[in-house]
Amino acid sequence: MKILNGKWSAITVPLLSVMLGLFVGGIIMLVSGYNPFVAYAALFNGIFSNTYVLGETIRQMTPLILSGIAVAFAFRTGLFNIGVEGQLLVGWLASVYVGLQFEGLSPFVHIPLAILAAGVAGAIWAFVPGLLKAKYHVHEVITTIMMNYVALHVVNAIIRTYLLAPGERTEEIHQSASLQSAFLESVTDFSRLHYGIIVAIIGAIIMWFLLWKTSTGYELRAVGFNKYASEYAGINVRRNIILSMVVSGAFAGAAGAMEGLGTYGYMTIMPAFTGVGFDGIAVSLLGANSALGVVLAAALFGGLKIGALNMQSVAQVPTQLVEIVIAMIIFFVASSYLIHWISNRVNKRGKI
Amino acid sequence: MEYVIEMRNIRKEFPGIVANDNITLQLQKGEIHALLGENGAGKSTLMNVLFGLYQPEKGDIYVRGNKVQITDPNIANELGIGMVHQHFMLVEKFTVTENIILGNEPTKQGQVNLKEAEKEVEAISKQYGLAVDPTAKIEDISVGMQQRVEILKTLYRGADILIFDEPTAVLTPQEIKELIEIMKKLISEGKSIILITHKLKEIMEVCDRCTVIRRGVGIGTVDVSETNPDDLASMMVGREVNFSVEKQPSQPKESVLEVQNLVVEDARNVPAVNGLNISIKAGEIVGIAGVDGNGQSELIEAITGLRKTKSGNVMLKGKDITNWKPRRVTESGLGHIPQDRHKHGLVLDFSIGENMVLQTYYKRPFSKNGILNFSTIVNKAKSLISEFDVRTPSESTPARALSGGNQQKAIIAREIDRSPNLLIAAQPTRGLDVGAIEFIHSKLIEERDKGKAVLLISFELDEIMNVSDRIAVIYEGKIVAIVKPEETTEQELGLLMAGGKRKKAGETS
Repeated sequence: MKILNGKWSAITVPLLSVMLGLFVGGIIMLVSGYNPFVAYAALFNGIFSNTYVLGETIRQMTPLILSGIAVAFAFRTGLFNIGVEGQLLVGWLASVYVGLQFEGLSPFVHIPLAILAAGVAGAIWAFVPGLLKAKYHVHEVITTIMMNYVALHVVNAIIRTYLLAPGERTEEIHQSASLQSAFLESVTDFSRLHYGIIVAIIGAIIMWFLLWKTSTGYELRAVGFNKYASEYAGINVRRNIILSMVVSGAFAGAAGAMEGLGTYGYMTIMPAFTGVGFDGIAVSLLGANSALGVVLAAALFGGLKIGALNMQSVAQVPTQLVEIVIAMIIFFVASSYLIHWISNRVNKRGKI
Repeated sequence: MEYVIEMRNIRKEFPGIVANDNITLQLQKGEIHALLGENGAGKSTLMNVLFGLYQPEKGDIYVRGNKVQITDPNIANELGIGMVHQHFMLVEKFTVTENIILGNEPTKQGQVNLKEAEKEVEAISKQYGLAVDPTAKIEDISVGMQQRVEILKTLYRGADILIFDEPTAVLTPQEIKELIEIMKKLISEGKSIILITHKLKEIMEVCDRCTVIRRGVGIGTVDVSETNPDDLASMMVGREVNFSVEKQPSQPKESVLEVQNLVVEDARNVPAVNGLNISIKAGEIVGIAGVDGNGQSELIEAITGLRKTKSGNVMLKGKDITNWKPRRVTESGLGHIPQDRHKHGLVLDFSIGENMVLQTYYKRPFSKNGILNFSTIVNKAKSLISEFDVRTPSESTPARALSGGNQQKAIIAREIDRSPNLLIAAQPTRGLDVGAIEFIHSKLIEERDKGKAVLLISFELDEIMNVSDRIAVIYEGKIVAIVKPEETTEQELGLLMAGGKRKKAGETS
């Protein structure tokens, strides 16, 4: 039981949770009359069996990395950014808008510009809850959730009013702003894999560097842990709360750009949330709020989602089952407090 | 002689350390028995064994002559053992009565019978002289009264053996007096008390016998009437302890801090500091004596920039620093050992190394172009750890994992290392053992002898008398008297702190 407590707990708890999640998923399959071994074999094949599904898995995990980073960054500085979904939507729209404008730019200018626009849009969207928190102590969970709805409807209204093309969506962005890659598509048997994964990995590195290697990161973490001691040390607490939300929102906006510039190349009118932003919370939790952990957790979630398609076609197990497995994994990670508590009690009594 | 509690040869191990080794504690009926030891000596572990939170590896426990296995706090409760915790376990939003009956509610047709409970609480509080208002909410009553609620909780559950875990650490001198009366009253009503403490004065005042433990080992039990504070201290620490702080007469030079007509409002917009004047010179320690809540916190916060002033001036080395931001004040030569080390002094989840640069992380050599230089931070932390004898496994250990004394040493190391012209030390030895106190006092005096100005705020009159070169008495937000420690007595200070006048006119210097 000790492995669940010490310095390895950041690894052992998620691993154990994944195993337990798959196990519970298996029981549900059994009860529902499916063969879990066949289903999981199909799931596994659906992630690794050929270059196409591998490419799709990487594509799926790309925005998840960035949305997970967004949540993890805020969390490390003591804030719960539940508004990643909304920041992602405005980021998506901003990237597509920039992608539609500026004809004839070099891709080396156009792509960064569009991603930057997405980041700025997400940052602005997150600035509002940050400001309210810093100045008026309004809890960021409430405001970020509400900003999600505002984002959804504002984005739809803008597309409908200004950018509408046939098919309830915007026009396709210019090629110069696109992250899509004929080369990556061809080596992965024409999956939708695009260069966004590089952007996502860079995002993860930025998060790690900013938090752990810079004096700004030191301030952000100090404020997250203890704002009184930070104030005593002359750190501007309000400014850091806002900064944390803004950086988090920028990551979330960039996640939107992955969809806008990479996977789709346009934006549709959204009937509902994409879920990528909310999945970011789960990714961050499973990844223990660390940059590397988030990348690994995003790979797992991306893989499960893509593998689920194969599971449905081969083993006839509905894809919703994978959603249940993911939910169970999160349930077990969140219960790690309970696991800690139990193992502490057992250790204390000296009986295992 | 039969003992109400006898713990024989208790040994308790944790992975890597022996927390208790061969400790014997015998509590007689109707006595107040002190359990004395430094921070981290194993007092709490021993009491947790008695209370059923830990199981000992070796040793036996007898309660009223019967051998018992206490595997659970509930069993301890049934045996009549009650614990008054240092950190109160009270629900802030509940009333006194609701807190006392929590878990043992008297019911009437399935509903809590609050009326009856209030009567019962009132009866117990009368019997033992524990004045409380049964219907007041916990958040509205004083710390002293909250502690009385904790005591009532144990009595309500029928405890006749009470363990007090460092009960005076959070109390004002007046409240300590009241608590001592309460403990005497409890004894006269047939209870027995174990008092966990490291304050020798309290032991001498109320205890009958005293068991000393040092680094987890039982040193022995002595009759208080046959010992003295010096012997107890050397039993506890393992060497001779010097109580009278040794120092040369001060040689004050130019003025460093000038506070003029300062008015500062507290959180309720009531002036807590109300027209205060004080001046501190280089090379002297000025101690501020006063009862808690007479404006001490607000004064420090105003000087350090943590709270806005209403009017008046704060001058540091001739510069007007009134209402400057904390960082600007710090950079102009101020060191601050804050009153609450967990709230203000440390980021507990940061490593000791990170905490050592809390005031300087953004400056060279610790940071260059916004990038932290970890090797210089680690080196700085290592040298401070060894220079100030901070006992920590390494500089990457979280501050949370250190004992209170070592946390305080880390803060003092950080603040003194910047060589500030003015050092503000607010209750620098609160909750620490004699060894750490001795060390911290010598460091404050060392700073003074280097020609720095030191402002000491403390509620412990001993500390004020021993360390200060001048004593300023604060009362209702004003300095009402300035005296020299060698020309005054604790009685006179106590009178001044309560708003009385000096007997001899024309003495204030």
